[in-house]
This record gives sequence, structure tokens and C-alpha cells, in this order.
Amino acid sequence: MSEFASLVESRRRPIVTAEFPSLDGGDLETVREAFDHYRPYVDAVNITDNPAAHAHASNVSMAIAVKQVGGEPIMQVVCRDKNRIAAQADIVGAQMHGVTAFCALTGDDVTAGDEPEARRVFDIDGPQLVSIMNGISRGTYLSGRKLKHHRELLIGAVENPFAPPVEIRARRARLKVDGGAKFLQLQIGYEPNKLEAFIEACRSNGVTRDAAILPTVILTKTAGALRFMEGNVPGIHVPSDVIDRVADAEDPAEESYQLVREQTEHALSLAGVAGIHITDFRHDDTLRRLVTDLQIGPEFATGANPSIHQTA
Amino acid sequence: MLRKLLPMAEHVVKGPVWDCQMCGQCVLHSTGMTCPMTCPKTLRNGPCGGVRADGNCEVKPEMRCVWVKANHRAETLPLLPSSWREEVGHLRPPVNNSLKGDSSWLNLMNGKDRETPDGWLAEQ
Repeated sequence: MSEFASLVESRRRPIVTAEFPSLDGGDLETVREAFDHYRPYVDAVNITDNPAAHAHASNVSMAIAVKQVGGEPIMQVVCRDKNRIAAQADIVGAQMHGVTAFCALTGDDVTAGDEPEARRVFDIDGPQLVSIMNGISRGTYLSGRKLKHHRELLIGAVENPFAPPVEIRARRARLKVDGGAKFLQLQIGYEPNKLEAFIEACRSNGVTRDAAILPTVILTKTAGALRFMEGNVPGIHVPSDVIDRVADAEDPAEESYQLVREQTEHALSLAGVAGIHITDFRHDDTLRRLVTDLQIGPEFATGANPSIHQTA
Repeated sequence: MLRKLLPMAEHVVKGPVWDCQMCGQCVLHSTGMTCPMTCPKTLRNGPCGGVRADGNCEVKPEMRCVWVKANHRAETLPLLPSSWREEVGHLRPPVNNSLKGDSSWLNLMNGKDRETPDGWLAEQ
């Protein structure tokens, strides 16, 4: 079992994961350089799968590369670009190179990207993909054919507590956990009341007991970045008072940090939240500052927030 | 003869009412009588995370999210048996693309619409 898988199981301290940047060429040194920005501060990094429907170096290649430079990759697989055959081939191929953590997503539509004229696939959907990953983890393809060799995979999924219909999101999370998801990374959100309601519902239906929930925060430094997300990123809603708070601040970059610090503290204060997932759009010293200020992640392995352990 | 006539009859009935896409394995009963194949991502287990704050579709901003509708209708539509209402939250298996164009009525009778690949939920 990987260190990350053991942490997801034990939740002995807050888990910190981060979104690894997409790369468009380069070599292993490019990957190493990019990974060094995250290495001391995170337990694992998400390897995205053509995020926002833009082509980049593939999830399989990047997951293997991050493994090779000593990182723990969580290989995302989305349903937009490949059918069930290709998705399974990618998972089995990646695990041959030591990639054992996977995250199933439905994926943004092709219209979110720079090639909206592409054919969308969606042969399967996110919850189905979780179950298919679970089958592979147990040594069986969807068809029923057996794998010659297999290993236990750590399966994750995502959910968006902020998108309508919010009242069924915890039920949908339960569906994925029943399918085999052991961790759930949440969409970026700026409505703490919705996050609270979701976590509460996940406590009621046992999701927080059976899976490690990681809300997501994003490191930005301008009001423009928030406006961009509000206008362009599917599933992310940034209320205008949040945008105004950063826009009207004397030092928007500092205000952005204070905002994300508050969000992280709030998320980690909720019983049933196992850690935090961080998307870094600043690429400066802020990631280090955040984990240091909150004493979370591998560098502060003993500095656990006591509330984290209340996973009822 | 029946294999040819039934799909036509089914399309005539279900097309105008539910915008039926003739997937051949109808799940309308479990989705608040809302066809999931009209979701631009053809999700059998929606809604995706891209639903807009107003409840409309990520792909077609002018269209109500099919799964927002499905969940609402599963709860509020009169005359639905309670087992159908509950089924909206159940996991539906991947679509069998080889049934596309068939009559789901026929596939309901001969059980083809309930067949799943051998590895689906195997040993779970």
C-alpha cells in the first residue's frame, strides 16, 4: 500500500493534495522541475486528463513521469475523450508503471475547450468509471475478462457540492463510494454554507466515514482570476461579494491569500473533512505559506488539526 | 416484421413526448420520465459537476439540466410508483451501444435491456 493510500485509510493527519500543472512538451527534467514546487508540501498530486477539454501531455505519460521523479500521482481519467476500452487500457497500463491512485471524472464538455468541434465520447460516466476501476482493482475488465496480474488500486472520485441540484450531491457521492471510491475531491467553491450542508449530508449517509473528503481551494492573486472562473469555468460559481472583496482590497494578492486561508481553515474545521486539495494558479511562494501557516501536509506530520479525526 | 415495426411505433410515441433517442434500453421510469440520452453528455448517472448556478446545462446554457429536471420530477411527478421515485438515485450500468435503434419495448420483454457485461459490479 502506498503512503498516500495508508493516509487515506488512517486519516491520521490532514491530507494535502494538489493539482499538477499540465505540460505541453519537454522531458523528465521539465516534470521534475515542476514537481519540485510541490514535493515538500503535498501527499499526492492530481495528474489531470486534458483539463477543460484542452489537449496536453497525456494523463498516463504524466502520471508515470511524476512517479519516476519520486512523486505520488493521482491519475485522473475523464469520460469525454475515450471510450470504455481505451479508459481501461490506460488504467491497466499506468498501474504497470507503479501508478496506483486513480480518480474518475465525467469531465468538462468539449465546448469548454479550444477544440469545441471535437467529437465528445462519454461512452461511460463518472460513477460507472468508478465501478470499472474497482473491477480492474479486483482483477477483472468490464467485459468479465481477467487480468493476468493486478494490484489493489486506490480509487477516488469528485463531486460538486455547489452545483444544482445541491440536495442530491451527497447521494451522488454515496453512489461513488459504494462503487469503490475511497477519496472524494470536491469542486472549487466560494459558498461555505453549501460546503457545510454537503459535509453534513455526507456525515448522515456515511460518506465521511467511508471516504476521505478533500475540498478544493485555488490560489489566485487577482480579482480578474476570480471573474474568469465565474465566467468561463463550468461548475464554478464565484459570488460577486467575493470578487469585490479582492477587487477593492489595497493589496489584492494578499487579500486573495487571506481568502484562501480562511476557506482552508473553514474546510478543515468541518468534522468529516479529511484534508484539502490545492490548485495553484499563483506559482509563487503561496503554497508553502499556506501549508506552513496551517501546519498541514507531510512537513507537519504531527501538527494535525484535532477536528480532522472526528470522522463520524 | 415486429422488429422493424416496433421501433417505428416506439419512436412515433416517445419521440414527440420525451425526445426519445432510441437507445433501446429505456430507463425513463427511473429518471422521473426524463430521457438521460438528451443530456449532451448522455449521462446515465447525472448530473455532472458542470450544472450552472441557475440549474441550466453546462453545454447548452439555454437548456434546463436534464438531471435537474429528472431529480425534480422523480420527486414531484404524480402517479409514479414509489419504487420508480427511489430508482433515480441508483447506479445505472453503461449503455449497451449495440442496442441503439432497437425497440426498448422488445428489449424489455426479452430482458436484453437488463443484460450487463460480465465484469459489471463483479465480485462487489
